[in-house]
Amino acid sequence: MHMADALLSPAVGGTFWLVTGGVFTYSSKRVQHEIDSRKIPLMGVIGAFIFAAQMINFTIPGTGSSGHIGGGMILAILLGPYAGFLTLASILTIQSLFFADGGLLALGGNIFNLGFFPCFIAYPLVYKRITNKRTSPKSITAASILSVILALQFGALFVVLQTVFSGVTELPFKSFILVMQPIHLIIGLIEGLVTAAVVNFIFKAEPEILQVADPLQQNDSKRSFGKVILLFACIALFAGGGLSWFASQNPDGLEWSIAKITGKKELPPPEQGIHSSLAKLQEKTTLWPNYHFNEPGIYDNAQTPKASPLSALKTGTLLSGIIGAGLTLLSIIGIVLLLRMSKPITS
Amino acid sequence: MAKIHHAFFDVSYFETLAGQNTPVHLVDPRAKVLTTLLFILMVVSFDKYAISGLLPFFVFPAVMITIGDLPLSYLLKKLFLVAPFAFFIGIFNPFLDKQTVLQFGAFAITGGWISFTSILLRFTLTVGAALILIATTGFREICLALEKFKIPRIFVLQLLFLYRYIFILIEEASRLVRARRLRTFNGRGMTIHVASSLIGHLLLRTINRARRIHLAMLCRGFDGEIRLMRDLKIQKGDYLFAGGWLLAFLIMRFIDIPALFGDLVMGLYP
Repeated sequence: MHMADALLSPAVGGTFWLVTGGVFTYSSKRVQHEIDSRKIPLMGVIGAFIFAAQMINFTIPGTGSSGHIGGGMILAILLGPYAGFLTLASILTIQSLFFADGGLLALGGNIFNLGFFPCFIAYPLVYKRITNKRTSPKSITAASILSVILALQFGALFVVLQTVFSGVTELPFKSFILVMQPIHLIIGLIEGLVTAAVVNFIFKAEPEILQVADPLQQNDSKRSFGKVILLFACIALFAGGGLSWFASQNPDGLEWSIAKITGKKELPPPEQGIHSSLAKLQEKTTLWPNYHFNEPGIYDNAQTPKASPLSALKTGTLLSGIIGAGLTLLSIIGIVLLLRMSKPITS
Repeated sequence: MAKIHHAFFDVSYFETLAGQNTPVHLVDPRAKVLTTLLFILMVVSFDKYAISGLLPFFVFPAVMITIGDLPLSYLLKKLFLVAPFAFFIGIFNPFLDKQTVLQFGAFAITGGWISFTSILLRFTLTVGAALILIATTGFREICLALEKFKIPRIFVLQLLFLYRYIFILIEEASRLVRARRLRTFNGRGMTIHVASSLIGHLLLRTINRARRIHLAMLCRGFDGEIRLMRDLKIQKGDYLFAGGWLLAFLIMRFIDIPALFGDLVMGLYP
C-alpha cells in the first residue's frame, strides 16, 4: 500500500512532506535528547531486521497464498514511538530509493501513512493502554492485534484520501474506500496475529527487552503524550485546512473533476461556462492543444445528454499533435546518439 | 523469498553501478538529489490529461543513462517489477471517465485512457529518476548530501547503520529459512506460528548483535556523538549541472515543445 508518485498531485505530496517533516523533526529531537547510546545501534540493526524478517514468508490460513510482515507496530513496541517512527522512516526511504516502492514525492505521505499511525496513535492509545494495566501473553495478543488493525485502517484511509485529493485517478472516494478498508482489515488481522506471536516470543524469552524498549517514555508518558497528541491534532487540522485550500486553488485537482461532473449534467454553453476557462488553462498543457469545444454542427446534433463537448476535434490539430510528439521523441533519441558518439572522445 | 533475496542482490548491483567514474557520477550528490527532486516535482505538476507535455522530460533520464553508462534494460526490468500499484489504480480511469476526447473514425479515445497513459508516463519518469539517482550516486553519498541539507543527524546515522546491517541480517534470515526448508517437503508447513518463532529468533539474534555492536563502539571511544567524515566539495560544474537542468525543466514545463514541433511541420506542409 505504498502510494506512488504517479498518483499524487504536488499539493498533496508537498502537504504530507510538511506534516511528516514536522513529526519527523520533533521525533528526532526527542530521540536525540532522550537516547541512551545503546539505542543508536539498536535502531539501525532493528531496521535491518525488518527487511530481513520480510524474507520469512508464511502461508496465510485458508487461502494458500503467502505473506510477510510489515513491521510498523513491532518497531513501535520495541523502540518506543519516536525511535520507531524514525526507524520506519529510514526503511521507507531505502525502499523508495532502491526498490522504487512508492516514490520520492510520495515518501512524505508514505511515512505518514505507515509510520505515524502505528507509532503515535495505535501505540500510545491502544497498545500502551492495554498492556500497562497487565502485561501477560493474553493482553499482549489482544493489544497487538487491535493496534495493528487500527493503524492499518488509518493508513488505508489516508491512502484513499491522498489519491482522491490528488485527482489524478478517477476513482470515486466511496467505492475506493469500500475496497481498501475491508482488505486492510484482513491484512491487519493477519499482521496483528504475527506481531502478537513475535512480541509474545520475546516476552517469554527475554521480557526485559520489552521494558528496555522505552524506559524513558514511561516516566513522562502520562503528561507529555497528551501534549503530543494535541500537537499532532493541531498539525492535522492545519494540514487538512492547507490541503483543501490547495485543492481549491488548483484547477486540475478537485475543482476540475467537480466541474466535469456538473458539466456532464448541464452541458453549459461553452462560451461562458466553466469549461471554456478551464479549457484555456488546459490548452497549454494537454496533448492536442487546439481542440475546439464547440463545433456548431456537432453541438446541434448532440441532443443526447451524454454527448461530450470534447468530442469535436479538428483532424488537423490532431495530426500536428502526433507529429509533434513523434519529433520530440526523435530528438531525444538524437541527443542520446550524439552523446554516444561523442563519448569516446571526451572520456 | 527468492524475490527478496533477488532484491538484495540488486542493492549490491546498484552499488557497483554507483562506483563508476563517468561525468554524471562525479557531480556532487547534493546537486543530483536536488535536480532529481525538482524533476519529480515538475513531472507530477502536470494536468492529469497531460501526455505531450511529459514527453520532453524523457530527455533527463535518457541523458543521465547515456552519460552515466547505466544498463537501460536492467532499469526497465526494475520499473516493470514495481509497476502493478500505479497500474491497477490507474486502470480504473478508462472505465470511470468515458468522455470521448478523440475520434478516429469509429474508434473513440476516452479521457480515461488519456489520463491512464499519463499516469503510466508519470510513473516511468518519477520512478526512473529515483533509480537513476541511486545508480549514479550511491547510498553513502546520498546520506552525506542529506546531512548537508540539515536533515537531523540522528536520521542520517540511522540510514547509514540500517544500510550497513541489511546485508548481514538478510544473510542470517536466509540461513534460517534455508535450514527450515531443507527439513520439510516443498517448504510446506510455514504456518504463522512457525514463522513467528523464526522471526522471534531472528529478532533475539538481532538484539544481541546490537549489544555487541554497541560494546564495540564504546571500546572505540563512542560518546553518543557520531562524527561523519565530510568530503563533499561543491564546484562550479555542480552548480552548472543543477542550474542547467532546472532551466531545461522550466522550459519544458511551460513551453509545449511537441506542439511547437507539430505546428512547425504543419506550417511547412499545409
